[in-house]
Order: sequence, then C-alpha cells, then structure tokens
Amino acid sequence: MSETTKKGQALKIAVSAAVVLGSLFLLQKLLEPKYVDDVVEGAFVAEYYQEEKDFDVIFIGDCEVYENFSPAVLWQDYGINSYIRGSAEQYIWQSYYLLEDTLRYETPEVVVFNVQSLQFNESQREAYNRMSLEGMKWSSSKVKAIFASMKENENFLDYVFPILRYHSRWSELSGTDLQYMFQKKKVSFNGYYMRVDVRPAENIPEGKPLADYRFGENAWSYLEKIAALCEEKDIELILIKAPSLYPYWYPEWDEQVREFAEEKGLTYLNFLELGEETGIDYSTDTYDGGLHMNLSGAEKLSHYLGRLLREDVGLSDRRGEADLSAVWTEKLDAYEAEKLAQYEYYGMEIG
Amino acid sequence: MKELLEILNDLHPDVDYETEEHLVDNMILDSMDIVSLISEISETFDVTITAKDIVPDNFNSAKALFALIQRLEDED
Amino acid sequence: MLFTSYAFLGFLLVLIPAYYLIPKRWQWPLLLAASYLFYAAAGIKFLAYILVTTVTVYAAACLMEDNLLRQKAYVKARKEELSREEKKAYQDSQKRIRLRWLTACLLLNLGILAVVKYANFVISNINGVLSAFSGAGRLSFMTLALPMGISFYTFQAIGYLVDVYRGTVPAERNLLKFGLFISFFPQLVQGPISRFGDLSRTLCEPHTWDGRRVSFGLQRMLWGYFKKMVIADRVLAGVSTIVGSPETYGGAYALVGMLLYTLELYADFTGGIDITIGVSEALGVVVQENFHRPYFSKSLKEYWRRWHISMCNWFRDYIFYPVSTSKPMQKLSKFTRRRFGERAGKRVPVYLSTFTVWLATGVWHGASWNFIVWGLANWVVLMASEELEPLYGKFHGRFRVEGKLWYKIFQVGRTFLLVCCLNLFDCYSSLADTFSVFASIFTTGNWYVLWDGSLLGLGLSMLDYGILAVGTLAMLSVSLVQRSGGIRERIAKRPYAVRFMVWYGLFLVILLAGAYGVGYDASQFIYNQF
Repeated sequence: MSETTKKGQALKIAVSAAVVLGSLFLLQKLLEPKYVDDVVEGAFVAEYYQEEKDFDVIFIGDCEVYENFSPAVLWQDYGINSYIRGSAEQYIWQSYYLLEDTLRYETPEVVVFNVQSLQFNESQREAYNRMSLEGMKWSSSKVKAIFASMKENENFLDYVFPILRYHSRWSELSGTDLQYMFQKKKVSFNGYYMRVDVRPAENIPEGKPLADYRFGENAWSYLEKIAALCEEKDIELILIKAPSLYPYWYPEWDEQVREFAEEKGLTYLNFLELGEETGIDYSTDTYDGGLHMNLSGAEKLSHYLGRLLREDVGLSDRRGEADLSAVWTEKLDAYEAEKLAQYEYYGMEIG
Repeated sequence: MKELLEILNDLHPDVDYETEEHLVDNMILDSMDIVSLISEISETFDVTITAKDIVPDNFNSAKALFALIQRLEDED
Repeated sequence: MLFTSYAFLGFLLVLIPAYYLIPKRWQWPLLLAASYLFYAAAGIKFLAYILVTTVTVYAAACLMEDNLLRQKAYVKARKEELSREEKKAYQDSQKRIRLRWLTACLLLNLGILAVVKYANFVISNINGVLSAFSGAGRLSFMTLALPMGISFYTFQAIGYLVDVYRGTVPAERNLLKFGLFISFFPQLVQGPISRFGDLSRTLCEPHTWDGRRVSFGLQRMLWGYFKKMVIADRVLAGVSTIVGSPETYGGAYALVGMLLYTLELYADFTGGIDITIGVSEALGVVVQENFHRPYFSKSLKEYWRRWHISMCNWFRDYIFYPVSTSKPMQKLSKFTRRRFGERAGKRVPVYLSTFTVWLATGVWHGASWNFIVWGLANWVVLMASEELEPLYGKFHGRFRVEGKLWYKIFQVGRTFLLVCCLNLFDCYSSLADTFSVFASIFTTGNWYVLWDGSLLGLGLSMLDYGILAVGTLAMLSVSLVQRSGGIRERIAKRPYAVRFMVWYGLFLVILLAGAYGVGYDASQFIYNQF
C-alpha cells in the first residue's frame, strides 16, 4: 500500500468514527428526557452539581423532603445554608449512595433523612430508578446505586448509554428537547419543589392492616449504613417523618424507627405528631389533599426545623459571609419571582 | 433405456430427457415424482432403489438413472 | 443468551477478534468452547443433554464405520475364496450389526427428545381419556425443562448418523470436532439443521481474516436484527392481544391477526436465520440457506421447497424417501397396482409417505394437537392440489394465463393466503379456538373495525403500523432485488460514502425503531392499560 492510500484509509476510518460517535452523542442528548416543563422531579439530582458545595445541612429522601422544606427560609431567617438531594420515590439505597456521592464533595454538619422510604425493600418502578440515578455524576457510588436499584428487566448498559433506554422517544420529541439539549434550566430552589396552590386534606383513608410490620431487611440495612456513615464522618443525622397523611405511616413502623434512634442516640422527629409545634393546618398547607405540603406548609416546617438546628444542634448564622450572601440574594430573588408567578398562575392573592 | 424413457415421459411429457442433465437441480423432478418413478422402476426392472441411492447425481439425467438401474441389477 | 441481548453482542465482540488473532489451529477449539459457553448460559444442566447426544452419536458412527471397513477388508482379503452367495450373506450379517447400532442410537436420542418434549403432552392426553371414563386416576405432569435447541441438534445428529450408516459421509473421528458440529452456537437456537457433509467442510478449517467476508457477515446480521427487532418484536404486541382472547377478537380482527402473525413469523424466523448465517459468515463458516423468498411461491408445494428448507430436506431424506422406498411400501404399492390398477398403485406410496412426513413435521413443531392438525392440513392441501393437477393443466391450456404477470401475482397471493390460514393452527392454543376463529372471519362481519380506529386498541399505535408498513415494504423490496443477485454485492460496488450511509443508516433505524429495552416495555405496558 502506498503512503497516500494508507493516509486516505486512516482518514476514512477517522471521519467515519467521528460521524458515528458524534451522531450517536447528539442523538442521545436529544432523546434523553429533559425534565424541564413536566416531571421536573427528574432534574433535581443533577442540579446539585452546579452548586458551590459548602452546605451545613443536606436533606436526603423522597418527595417528603423536597416538597416539605424550603432551604430559602432556612437561609433567610436562620442563616443556614442547606440543600435537598431529593427525588421522586427515592429508595433508601439511593439515599445512601446519594449521601456517599455528596461526601465526595463536602461534609455537611447535619444530614436530614426522611424515613418513609423504609417501607420499600426493593425498587418498585424503573421510572423512579431513572429519575434518582440518571442525574448522578459517574462515580463508584453511582455504579453501586444502579446495581442496588435495578429491577429484573433493567440493564446496566441502559444507564451507561441512555439512548438504549430512550431510543423510542423520537416519536414524542418537542421543541423543549432541542432547546435544553445541552443547557438545562434550573427547576428547583436548592432542591426544593415549590407549589403554592391549596387543596385541603379530607377523607384520608386509614392504613390497611399489614401482615408484617417489620421493615424489610434490605431497607433496614441501608438505614444502618446511613447512620454508620454519618457517625464515621462526624455528621449529625436527624431522622424525620414528614407530616404527609398518606401513604399511611403505621405506629408499628414509627416504633421501630424510634427504637433505632434511641439506640443510636439520634434525633427522630415525627412531624405527624408535631402539628401543634409546627402549626400545620391541613386545610391550607397542602396542595394535594395531604400528600405533600405546599409553600405555606413547607415554610412552617422550615421554621420549626430552622429553630431546632440553630438552638438544639447549634448551627451558626452564616448570613455575615459576603460571598454566600451574594449567592443567596440571587437565589431569593428567583424564589420570590417564582412565588409571584405561581400566585398569578393559580389566580391567588399574594400571600 | 427405452422403457425408462417411457416411464419418464409419462411423468413429464414436456421434458426432453435426451438432453436434460439437471432434472433435480432445476426442480423438474420433485420428491413425489422421484417416489413414483422409483415404484415404476421397481415394477419394470425388478430392482430396489433405496433411500441411500436417492441423491441428485443419480436422478439428474435419464442416463444417470439408467446407470443406477444397471448397477443395481449387477449387484443383485 | 438471546440473539437480541447485550450479552450476545458482547460475546461476539470478544469472540470474533479473538478468533482471528489466535493461531489458526486453535480456531475451531475456540468455537467449541464458545458454543458450550453459549449453551451453558441457557442453563448449565442442559449441557448434559447435548453431551449425551454428542458422545452416543459419535460412538455409534465410529462403530458403524469400523464395521464397514472391516467388512470391506474381509471381503477384499478373501476375494477368491468367497462365493457370491457367501459374500452376500456375510455382508448382510454385517449390515444387520450396523443397523443394530443405528437403531439403538436412534432410539436413545429420539427417546430423550420424546421424553423432554412430549411426555407432558402424552400425559395430558392419557388424563383426558382417563377422566372421560372414570373421572379419576390423574397422572401428574413431569417437570422437565426443554433444553435449548434440542429438536434441532437431535435432528442434525440423526441426519449425520444415518448418512454414516448409508456410507454417504465418513464418520468424524475427532470427538471434539464432532462436538462442535452438534453444538455450533449460531445454529443452536433455531437451526438450520445442517448436514454434516455441508457444514463440516468449513467448520473446522483454518480461516484467515477476510475483511470483505467479515463485513458481509455483519451486514447480514444487521439485516436480521432489523427484521427481528423492528418488525417481529413490534408486531408481537398486536398478535398477542388478538390471539390472547379469541372470544373478543374474532372476524376482521382474526383476519388482521392472521396477517400480522404471518408477518411476525417471517420476520422473526428469517431474521434469526440471517443472524445465524451472518455470524457464521463472519467466522468463515458456511451455513446453508434456510429460506428462498418463500412468499414468492406460486403453490404450497413450492412454498415448502422455499421455507425452512433444511427441515424440509431432513424430512424428505430421512423420512419420506426411506418410508416410500421401504420394502413394505413397495409391496403395498405392487399389491394395490394389481388389485386397483396403476393409478392407485402409483399413489399409495406417495400418499402414505407424505402422510407420515406431515404427521412427523406436525409433531416435531410442538407437543400439541394444533401442530399435528396443522401438519395434516398441509398434507391434505398438498395432496388435493396434486389430484387437481390435470384440471389445472386443462385450465391453463384453455385460457393461456400461465406465465402472465397478473396470473403469477394471483398465484403468489393465493399461496400466501393459504399459508396464512394454515398458520392459524400455530397461533391459537386449542383446535376449537382455531376453527371457531377461522369461521368467525366469514361470519362475524365486523369489517368496520378495520377503519374505525379499533385496530389502534390492539397494542399497536398508528406509528407502529407505519413502521411495520415501511419495514414490510423494505423486506419486499430486498426480496425483489435479490431475485437478480445479491444485494450486499451490489451495495459493495458503491462508493464508500454510500455504503457507509446505507449500513450505518440501517444500524440507526434498528437503534431507534427497534422494539427493545425497558422503554419499549414501558410503552407497551401503557398501551395495554388504556
């Protein structure tokens, strides 16, 4: 083979490879769900990485953390810099690995974990796995999280190359997919999902009796792992149960968590029993009949938690830090703007 | 050979058996033809053609088929 | 390991480069190891079945050949002493010994196949009879899993054994090489049933890297994946909805189901064989074609020469010919000839042998009455058209339509519909359902479901139907082009940019429009709900 044909051959291969890899990359970017206009919960996990990672408090858990606590209030009134690493139906092993992942960047003073997810001993739906795991940056924690979460019909490769998972989305692509192919817009406020509308809670069904009230072994082992990891890193772990009326929180479940907290010397706050202290009013503070708090409810809970963190845990007020204050000024502006927009959207009086 | 040609002509009158050399390969004879051919041959020539003799080489032309018959007659 | 799994692609990704990098004398042992690995992935205990077949058939073939060689040597050494009669008596006695080996080995291997595949079918029939008489005395079912590909490798082994017995192929003396012939992984799952004389020619030979051959193999695989993943796996949703509830989906639905099933069967089976032949080609191994554009057949008889060719040839060579040329059959033929005349005498062997073949074909396809009736229905149609042959001849002579394009299209369409109808037996699980569904096509009269949107409620969206239509057109076009030569050769002559676009384009189509993965499952799930 002469020198020139060899060169031509190499060029041909290089160009083909570039076309293949480039087009596959672009297709993948296009086909991945963007979680911008609807199902925004899917975007939360990834948003954390854009932050200056210097938080005092990290929340981990499912919708009972990301809809119920507002880091904006914690900053504005208590000078606490917090972030919620929450995602829809985040299973407890995902919470554990998200914590592990967070610790690669920073060590907060306090970790708040919502115990509702102890009810699941294995992943329930692939869609939730996707929303909790996809946003994570690649690390051994993510790999372990994927293997801990995968259901039988899932495949690790589908996480490595999401195009294999979302290949048939081409039929439902919209302008949003093009617009946010590379640049996402922020959808949460330090992981908080704001809703201002109101739908009072009424007729909450009682929990059906269960055959066995013990939490699954797998789920429980991850609670122990979370506690151990926090102890090792000298982090104060606070267990909470958000005041969601449904899914039902059984007294038998509560008892197990309480015992565990006592044994490990942890704080456990069951907000279902703290109605008086927090001032939650189920006729005004929920937007979906008692499942999740709206802004008013979340702010009430944040006040309670803020006071506790300052007074009992002894976190300091950081509002004096100029850089941090500047960051928060911007965030609070966006927070207020979103409030106004939502009040307008729902046709509500500005509260 | 004349008797054989008669049998063959009965089966497919439109084929020129003197020249056709690919009766099986060209799908002129199918498996059912071959079986009726075998029963005709055993009737006429008193030889037994068994399954192992049924290979395209033996049935592709009248000449080959006749050769097979002679070989079988010899063996008996 | 399914062909359509990441594991299989990963397996090939390691195997093919390794195959060409190692010394050539290690190539076939590598294939053997890969084949057993492939088989073990389906269940390690299944290896026992294939090993038993391999060893017994290997041994029986060697023993038969040893015997034949001894016989020849004996006769040669005593050429002068032996009279013609003595020679014949000796030869016959030796033949009987060989026949004994053959029979024992056949019984053992067919016995294994029968037990794992048909025991429960027999038991359920016995139970049916028992309960009809007494209502008691139930036999319990066996819990045997069907080893992967057992029908295919058993038949392939038997074909080899009979060929050795007949002396048409030499016995393979290397047990490991024979093991590879039986277990060659690309054809383990769904055939084809290769003949030893064909496959062994390239299987254990050293193969030098040949870029053109390897890329042709990969191209063939890609086409197979297109058929399987874009068409067959997609149409599956619609087929299972219709076939799953015959009471709900009768009439026009059943007609649609019948067509969709025929599409699925074609795309799945020929696509799978494309992958088989493509993988083999990439490894330098030539596997015989199993399909020859079957839906272009102008009669059912022709169809069965062009569909699942290796199986049909197997039944022809190892059942049809032996049965029809057997002594009892020849005697019966002579007897009929004398008693009922020449016409009847000619027909008897053909009718009885073809009956046996179609009965066996039906049973081989699956342990259920549906398959048996399916086989016999094929037989009835074939014999009927054989009888009507003179009538056709007259018709063709009178109207001179033969050879005209429109008449050819008519014949092809007629044959296609016939095959579709026969396939109904394959779709439904019981004979009663099959017949009532078939009748409903003519009696229900719910033709409005074809255009009132009801077809969108079967698990296939408008988009799915669109993809199926385009995919079917693509398959049809490729078949039309192939009538005048290979399509890959044609594309290979084009400039690099064109070739690249064609094959990478096909890859992208499979990637995007393939019915695979959780995403596709999830959308199916949603369709089923609403």
